[in-house]
Amino acid sequence: MSTQPHNTAYRSDRLWLAAMVHRVSGVLLAAFLPLHFLVLGLAIESEGQLDSFLQWTKSPLVKLAETGLVLLLAIHLLGGLRVLVIENMPWRNGQKRMATLAAAAAVGIAGVFLIALL
Amino acid sequence: MSTTAEATIDVRVWRGGEKGEYQSFAVPRRDSQTVLDVVTWIQRHADPTLAYRFACRVGVCGSCAMTVNGRPRWTCRTHVSKVIEDGRVEIGPLANLPVIRDLAADLTPFFEKWQKAEGTFVPSRTRHEPLETISPESPERQAANAAIECINCGVCYAACDTVRWSPEYFGPAALNRSWSLVNDVRDAGNLKRLAAAASNGGCHNCHSHQSCEQLCPQGLNPTASIAGLKRRTMQAYIRGEIS
Repeated sequence: MSTQPHNTAYRSDRLWLAAMVHRVSGVLLAAFLPLHFLVLGLAIESEGQLDSFLQWTKSPLVKLAETGLVLLLAIHLLGGLRVLVIENMPWRNGQKRMATLAAAAAVGIAGVFLIALL
Repeated sequence: MSTTAEATIDVRVWRGGEKGEYQSFAVPRRDSQTVLDVVTWIQRHADPTLAYRFACRVGVCGSCAMTVNGRPRWTCRTHVSKVIEDGRVEIGPLANLPVIRDLAADLTPFFEKWQKAEGTFVPSRTRHEPLETISPESPERQAANAAIECINCGVCYAACDTVRWSPEYFGPAALNRSWSLVNDVRDAGNLKRLAAAASNGGCHNCHSHQSCEQLCPQGLNPTASIAGLKRRTMQAYIRGEIS
């Protein structure tokens, strides 16, 4: 038995997903930033700890995580540019294609980064 | 598409108010059958107490919008063959609006927001002055025309997650109307209108999901209208015309 009408099927539409992926990438990047600053802080506090941390970052798992980070950055950058274009320039049709191209470009950038790391 | 006399659709219809449940009906399948035909069949042959709203049946009046398989649609021009999924059609009231009963939503907040968005024409001439000559080819008139065919059905309002998340937000239809008037050279109410568009419930809430554009039965693009308002309010703010 339902207690509320079902009315959100449009959420699987491509541009809705584009906006959501952009937003989620921003939240994840914001969550990453404190960790980044913590590591930068090690450079001032303890050289030895920083060196051992940098050694740890050479493990394959961390490299994969870094690729994920680059993917998030590329998604957020391109998603932000998409919003700026929509809101500040004359309207252009074909936004679905633009969103798809932005997603493909973000994956491409992350892929190139991963290949460069290997 | 060929159908047999026995072919039926498994229709689930919302019964109740804000809380309620879906009730199942087996409705005969017909060629060229619309969702409104299905709802009318249920009321006439299965349950006369079913509440729903319609008037013209031909896509002009904008009164028959409902949620069909999770998406808002104008039911009189939506063929069952277009929306049916695995032989099932689920029909509910429009989202983001109070439910009166069954499939009838209360559009009062929708129209109140048109007022808040200053969606009313403000004449710049009196009836004693000559009519202003407007060239249909002028860019301003074409921009106004692009947004003008709205039938107030509420589909975009129901499809908008920004409305769902921000109850103050005027919604796509009201802002689309606002943009149409902003481009109307005969109108004299733009400063007040742009101030409304830049207010808390205004255009800057929009996340450009474009569900409004994808589902608008008239093929309008309220997201483009709202993007236009974003630019125009920004220009007005920089010039000091609105605060």
